[in-house]
Amino acid sequence: MRYLPLTAADRQSMLEKIGVRHIDDLFKDVPNAVLNPEIDLPRHKAEMEVERHLSRMAGKNTAAGSVPFFVGAGAYKHHVPASVDHLIQRGEFLTAYTPYQPEIAQGTLQYIFEFQTQVAQLTGMDVANASMYDGSTACAEAVLMARRVTRRKKAIMAGSLHAHYRAVVETTTQYTEDVIVAQKPNPADPEAELKAVIDAIDDETSCVVVQNPGVFGHVLDLRPVAEAAHAKKALLVVVVTEVMSLGLIQSPGEMGADIVVGEGQSIGNGLNFGGPYVGLFATNQKYVRQMPGRLCGQTVDADGKRGFVLTLSTREQHIRREKATSNICTNAGLCALAFTVHMTLLGEKGLRGVAKVNHKNAIALRDAMKAVNGVDVLTNAFFNEIAVKLPKAAAGVVDALAERGVLAGVPASRLYAGDGLDDVLIMAATETVTADDIDVLKGALEEVL
Amino acid sequence: MAMNSQGRPTAATGGSDGKQFESFSGHVGLRLAEPLIFELGTTETTGVDYEDTSDLELSCGGLERTGEIGCPGLAEPDTVRHYTRLSRRNYGIDMGVFPLGSCTMKHNPRLNEKVARLPGFGDIHPLAPKGTVQGAYQLMDELSHWLMTLTGMPAVALSPKAGAHGELCGVMAIRAALEARGDAREVVLCPESAHGTNPATAAFCGYKVKSIPAKDNGRVDLEALKAALDDTVAAVMITNPNTCGLFENEVREIADEIHKAGAFFYCDGANFNAIVGKARPGDLGVDAMHINLHKTFSTPHGGGGPGSGPVVFSDALKDFVPVPYVLKTDDGFDIVEDQTGKSFGRLTAFQGQMGMYVRALSYMLSHGSDGLKQASEDAVLNANYVLASLKDVMSPSYDGPCMHEALFDDRFLKDTGVTTLDFAKAMIDEGYHPMTMYFPLVVHGAMLIEPTESESKTNMDQFIRSMRGLAEAAKAGEVARFEGAPYHAPWSRLDETQAARQPILRFAAE
Repeated sequence: MRYLPLTAADRQSMLEKIGVRHIDDLFKDVPNAVLNPEIDLPRHKAEMEVERHLSRMAGKNTAAGSVPFFVGAGAYKHHVPASVDHLIQRGEFLTAYTPYQPEIAQGTLQYIFEFQTQVAQLTGMDVANASMYDGSTACAEAVLMARRVTRRKKAIMAGSLHAHYRAVVETTTQYTEDVIVAQKPNPADPEAELKAVIDAIDDETSCVVVQNPGVFGHVLDLRPVAEAAHAKKALLVVVVTEVMSLGLIQSPGEMGADIVVGEGQSIGNGLNFGGPYVGLFATNQKYVRQMPGRLCGQTVDADGKRGFVLTLSTREQHIRREKATSNICTNAGLCALAFTVHMTLLGEKGLRGVAKVNHKNAIALRDAMKAVNGVDVLTNAFFNEIAVKLPKAAAGVVDALAERGVLAGVPASRLYAGDGLDDVLIMAATETVTADDIDVLKGALEEVL
Repeated sequence: MAMNSQGRPTAATGGSDGKQFESFSGHVGLRLAEPLIFELGTTETTGVDYEDTSDLELSCGGLERTGEIGCPGLAEPDTVRHYTRLSRRNYGIDMGVFPLGSCTMKHNPRLNEKVARLPGFGDIHPLAPKGTVQGAYQLMDELSHWLMTLTGMPAVALSPKAGAHGELCGVMAIRAALEARGDAREVVLCPESAHGTNPATAAFCGYKVKSIPAKDNGRVDLEALKAALDDTVAAVMITNPNTCGLFENEVREIADEIHKAGAFFYCDGANFNAIVGKARPGDLGVDAMHINLHKTFSTPHGGGGPGSGPVVFSDALKDFVPVPYVLKTDDGFDIVEDQTGKSFGRLTAFQGQMGMYVRALSYMLSHGSDGLKQASEDAVLNANYVLASLKDVMSPSYDGPCMHEALFDDRFLKDTGVTTLDFAKAMIDEGYHPMTMYFPLVVHGAMLIEPTESESKTNMDQFIRSMRGLAEAAKAGEVARFEGAPYHAPWSRLDETQAARQPILRFAAE
């Protein structure tokens, strides 16, 4: 076994030192009747065999990079520079633990501090934490935090919120005191959707949760929502599932958000079939002590040299146990590093540049869709994603296009079954899309419709 | 002096006399100073190339971001150098023994990194048409099969993102099952030695948390548990092997009592790595248990994540698992994404930590049933070897044998002026990552040592020599060796009080 260094002779001499005869003497606390069960699984395999087995499985999947690809709705195909993956695979990062011993973990701590700063700047907020599992769990944590801050229980979910995020919020809060009011999606009229949110805010409301760009791609000015929420002393939680948008669109902080949560996957991280991703969580200074998750702070060492440590841990489960702000323990360390390295490569100049290429491609996609007979484009103001109304059910169209080698998007019915959106398709165009891809999509769609 | 024909000296000269000179650069040899990117980069610098779009007419509703973002960039050479320099301030498993008890810092095989990056796994979308990702569903199904077989449990929920998220999954399923039978209960019992996530999770699910005491031998007090069990108890959360590194030898009696009271047995599977292939939680009466893929099945810890915490379930709970889950059908695999039947809901936007599933399955296939069992045995052997080799100079909290980790307390440091913290920091000077300190809370000045199966006997012997040396130095009154330690780390001890008193959580230009 290539991963196990002990030899038979080592094992024997160690058992002697311990003073037992057989390895099972060390397992004497395990009830005899259940010790050493028959396990019906294959025996060990050489590296080459494992790689072959898994490569065959991987080969059955259609990689995003191998076809014209327009799938988004919360996870996005972006180009991640080669140096990002090289750096995060350095053993000192990859095989480190949570930085509980700061004297030998300043590498991790400094990049977390950089990450926190980058996230705060991007979202337009004062502070950010060291990351959450992903955008959806961060969203649930924001709702819980809003209750702690406002001491109110009612949270309003806008119709533009990704259905899976809404489901995660509802699941996570089903045994707490929170009351979740979820509104219906209305891709054809985002302004009406926002008005419904504003109308629902009352004196019981802890927060309103609005996604921008919305799940159907709409980009909206959230200032009126912020004003309405603040007038009732409720918080505005803004969800960003496409963090690349922050290179083109005004930040949630500029629009008056109190908490910003997001999915950071687009920067530094691959699609990975849904995970691991990196959840972003940012807020204003006055709410810091109500935040969930790890925080890294600046300090000095005994010689006065600047350094970083995990801090404000009295909010956390390992100190506060059942009174903690969250039960979260890990963050998304390595994914946060990938985010930080990619963000450093981009800088704000590159971020704006790449974001604009996304926008350009999305405009080209919109124009192409407008030119297809029977297709209505529902999204006027957008970043890199649009919703279109097809003359027939979108799910069938997506499958038919997949057979023609085009991954066209996410049928709204996959997220909102039973909401009357069967003919709506959500399509994204990032910087990885070419003019040729759009031509192929258009041609295939015309065939299928 | 010996010289070659170009006049270059070839013999060593100088020695350590020059160490007094301070450098002009701020660097100290290979210890390279490195500021924050906010002090290095500019907002005009970028390390990426992209298409020019300067004449593009925007279609974003007039909401263009025009103000400065405040994120400087670096060109690629400086980016690579910046993060390479930062990396060198870290200690990782790749560098040496990392005996951090309860955290299981075993070797991270690089094959697993390679296969997780195959485009067919790393570059597929969670909402791609089902027909285009059959291999991904197959991988999830195969991983599920391994997890269910190794645990002897009939169901598994893969999606929880980490151990604590898995606990949430398990306790939510328990609450859903209780509510389904119209049985509202209020209390969750946890031992004092529990991970902090256990009571935090129970509270999250609306339960009151009550503590159950341990016996002098470090195990749950069965009689006290019996006394605490009544029809208000929803679940008992027990870590097994427990956080003292001991197997709960009365676990089956514990399970029987829990079930007799109509409650559920949640097992914190953080220490499953000690018994993989040796015992199945399903045979011990467990109803739900999360498995930390990043511990037991060696997906990298990555400086604090990402983790992955699938949960296995008994028959009594299997109908309540969260969506999404994969189903085998006549023509391939399908995935159930909308909450149906008794499922308690959804814990994350997509399928969970696919990248970790690939790595964990690669690890399992590599070891096989025989290798996994051997790994458990070697982990337990190494821990007992530490215990046997240090018991005369340190103070073991309990008699052996232990499982995969050995617990010591600070009795051996009594009257030496050296604390557990000092001792841990002195280990850094010895070239080791310290063991877990001050956890579990049930012994004073805890030191929890988990060597894992990845260490050779040579490494173990060297580590033991070092630990013995430190213990003897402390007893011999060499306080100075400890109180300022670490002396040879890139940083000396950091002021955590100052960090918390006036938190600086981000860079701000002065």
